[in-house]
Amino acid sequence: MSPDSLVAHHGEFAEDHSHEPNNVFGFWLYLMTDCILFATLFAAFAVSRHQYAGDVSGRDIFSLRYVGVETALLLISSSTYGFAMINAYQHKLPAVVAWLCVTFLLGAGFVGMEVNEFHHLVAEGHGPDHSAFLSAFFTLVGTHGLHVTCGLIWMLTLIVQMTVMKKGLSTVYLNRLMCLSLFWHFLDIVWICVFTLVYLMGVQ
Amino acid sequence: MLGRLTMSDIPYDQPIIMGAGGFMALVGAVVLGAITYYRKWSYLWSEWITSVDHKRIGVMYIIVALVMLLRGFSDAILMRSQQMMAHGGAPGFLPPHHYDQIFTAHGTIMIFFMAMPFMIGLMNIAVPLQIGARDVAFPFMNSLSFWLTAVGAMLVNVSLVIGEFGQTGWLAYPPLSELKFSPGVGVDYYIWSLQLTGIGTLLTGINFFVTIVKMRAPGMTWMRMPIFTWTILCTAILIMAAFPILTVTFGLLSLDRYLGMHFFTNELGGNQMMYVNLIWAWGHPEVYILILPAFGVFSEVVPTFSQKRLFGYGAMVYATVSITVLSFVVWLHHFFTMGSGANVNAFFGITTMIIAIPTGVKIFNWLFTMYRGRIQFTAPMLWTLGFMITFTIGGMTGVLLALPGNDWVLHNSLFLVAHFHNVIIGGVLFGYLAGFAYWFPKSFGFKLHDGWGKASFWFWLSGFYVAFTPLYVLGFLGMTRRMNHYDNPAWTPYLMVAFAGALLVTCGISCQIIQLYVSIRDRHLNTDVTGDPWNGRTLEWSTSSPPPIYNFAVLPHVDALDAFNETKKRGHEARETPVYSDIHMPKNTPAGFIMSVFAGLMGFALIWHMWVFAIIGFVGIFATFIIRSCSDDHDYYISAAEVACIEALHDSRVASLELTHVA
Repeated sequence: MSPDSLVAHHGEFAEDHSHEPNNVFGFWLYLMTDCILFATLFAAFAVSRHQYAGDVSGRDIFSLRYVGVETALLLISSSTYGFAMINAYQHKLPAVVAWLCVTFLLGAGFVGMEVNEFHHLVAEGHGPDHSAFLSAFFTLVGTHGLHVTCGLIWMLTLIVQMTVMKKGLSTVYLNRLMCLSLFWHFLDIVWICVFTLVYLMGVQ
Repeated sequence: MLGRLTMSDIPYDQPIIMGAGGFMALVGAVVLGAITYYRKWSYLWSEWITSVDHKRIGVMYIIVALVMLLRGFSDAILMRSQQMMAHGGAPGFLPPHHYDQIFTAHGTIMIFFMAMPFMIGLMNIAVPLQIGARDVAFPFMNSLSFWLTAVGAMLVNVSLVIGEFGQTGWLAYPPLSELKFSPGVGVDYYIWSLQLTGIGTLLTGINFFVTIVKMRAPGMTWMRMPIFTWTILCTAILIMAAFPILTVTFGLLSLDRYLGMHFFTNELGGNQMMYVNLIWAWGHPEVYILILPAFGVFSEVVPTFSQKRLFGYGAMVYATVSITVLSFVVWLHHFFTMGSGANVNAFFGITTMIIAIPTGVKIFNWLFTMYRGRIQFTAPMLWTLGFMITFTIGGMTGVLLALPGNDWVLHNSLFLVAHFHNVIIGGVLFGYLAGFAYWFPKSFGFKLHDGWGKASFWFWLSGFYVAFTPLYVLGFLGMTRRMNHYDNPAWTPYLMVAFAGALLVTCGISCQIIQLYVSIRDRHLNTDVTGDPWNGRTLEWSTSSPPPIYNFAVLPHVDALDAFNETKKRGHEARETPVYSDIHMPKNTPAGFIMSVFAGLMGFALIWHMWVFAIIGFVGIFATFIIRSCSDDHDYYISAAEVACIEALHDSRVASLELTHVA
């Protein structure tokens, strides 16, 4: 410590306890841990992807057209979230809410289509308990879907907090929108890997 | 409603279990009664349970660790006595069903609920103080992490009297841990207690990484960070990289058990070796998550009690970082016998041996720090010396096991059990106990009684060697681990010696309990008024003991390694009238506690298939979090006047001490 150590360092420490930059940094780190979570699931899928145990293979059950629509919904929702963020930085609350609602509908459409796909498979007797391949498929895709669902709940919460509870676009809420934005785009990237490794390589 | 839980799940017919449960209930009742009698509930609630202060959270972590140490150690005593007695047709006093739960619980508790909370407790107490910060980056998340760990520990203890614990060994290898072979609730208790504490640990990893990266005092560059902080930084990285793998692994095992999937089963394409690979991809980094902070403690203790700066600071940092990286490329040495081929085994054998190099660098750094130092043989220093010898031996037996050829002979034998206790007791535990004695005065304002500490050390050290050296021999004699009974009379004498060693360790633990009692009774004799009882070198010793809630009235400015030592060398020129300003602090919150209680309810309900309660718990967690996020009232200011008042009180205490010394 230097002799001037007993002088408060306001300039250097102005943001020491206004946790905003820490929040976004911490959220990045969380996303990296989530990345490892998905990497582990991908590894488990890679080990199990040919273990059909006499049941169906990817070629039998995947419809690329159906998954293509699903993928389009999710990718477009990433762009619409981007528009929400642009408006957020310009402090246009109604536009932010509108774009969030569009994003929500697209995301809900994606989850709906996935649930429908799962429902069909189980109804046709290809549930996750029928082979290691199906277990890994349901778990990897389902975990991604669960993440998207959490994102939707988060989005809804933010919309209610910013409008009904009149929190507006304060710094705190801008940072929360930023974190959700990171989360949403991250799930998009994961989905591109899922689409490639599970569906495209699965129908070969 | 109650799922598969019935009255018959409480083992009334097992006197040992009911006795242990009754004893725990009695202790619990006495503690709760005392809290009620002394009217401390509101104090406990507002000052501890809802606290987001890293110093308080650290203390609570260590209390959990010490309680669970007692639980895990009683398991050890039971195992040692069973193996001593159960030979030549004698069944011993523990039936296999119970014995298998004991060795599973012993390993699980000692790693997850003793070592991990102890380590996280020490980092909570020391790291923010060492880097000159006022709290961690996410104080509420810190509280949540602690309570998740505490709830996980509660679940393990509940399993003693309601139902059963796993009978699979501490890593629950399938297919034994699958529903087909473990249909009871034991493995489910194992899974959910570890999932909860695992998520708590992951959050702690993120929290401390952000804290260290973002909140160091001005002037504290990377190469001015104390070594303990460096090791915690590396541990945080390891936690963030390894714990998600554990979460997924247990998640997949749960899906096998709950939804009939086939990740690790024997049927329909399941692959049990995938589990073994995944669990060790977490498990080996976990070993370094535990040992790196212990290395950090030694790197603080040795310079302080040798009254010299640490030899080779830079080498210490690079050694720590290389161990961090290498810890991810050795996992396969835990199962050379998988049969992945000579080349793969050779690769993992060599990487394993390479880790001995940075570890050796560290040992030599500590030795050269002591060389020509004025060594004070206090209890923390004794633990350190005991560590250096014991850990080196443990490291060498580790290198023996790293040779795949040797490993094929010795794997799954008591040689392995002796090896990992050699490094975990001699390395991790000795390190944490050194840190406990070293930072105790910082947390409570008085030192621990040194004599009882030394007595405890000598019992622990001798007890360790008497208990585990015979296990090396037994490994060579072919005795495998986890045996309930055996027929080879040649093993019995060694097991009797090992039991005697366990009794010596019991004496060591008793000395520690007495030490705590004596130190608290005589606390006025060992008061640490200045906040710097050991003539320390790093920033945590520059503030009072216990530190004020804001840690530092004025944030320190660092311009050298061992910042506080530099200040002291220059004399106390900093004693001019300081200028205080308002201090921004986080408010206490019950949200972490409430979320964890819901998480505990969810875990218990999932174990017993009480789906309604599981949903209530699950919804409760998220609802509490969302409700908390709706409020912006999370912080407050301590006024400059109040800071000045607290500081003046501390200064007057120090001044009166200096007067008595002059007189």
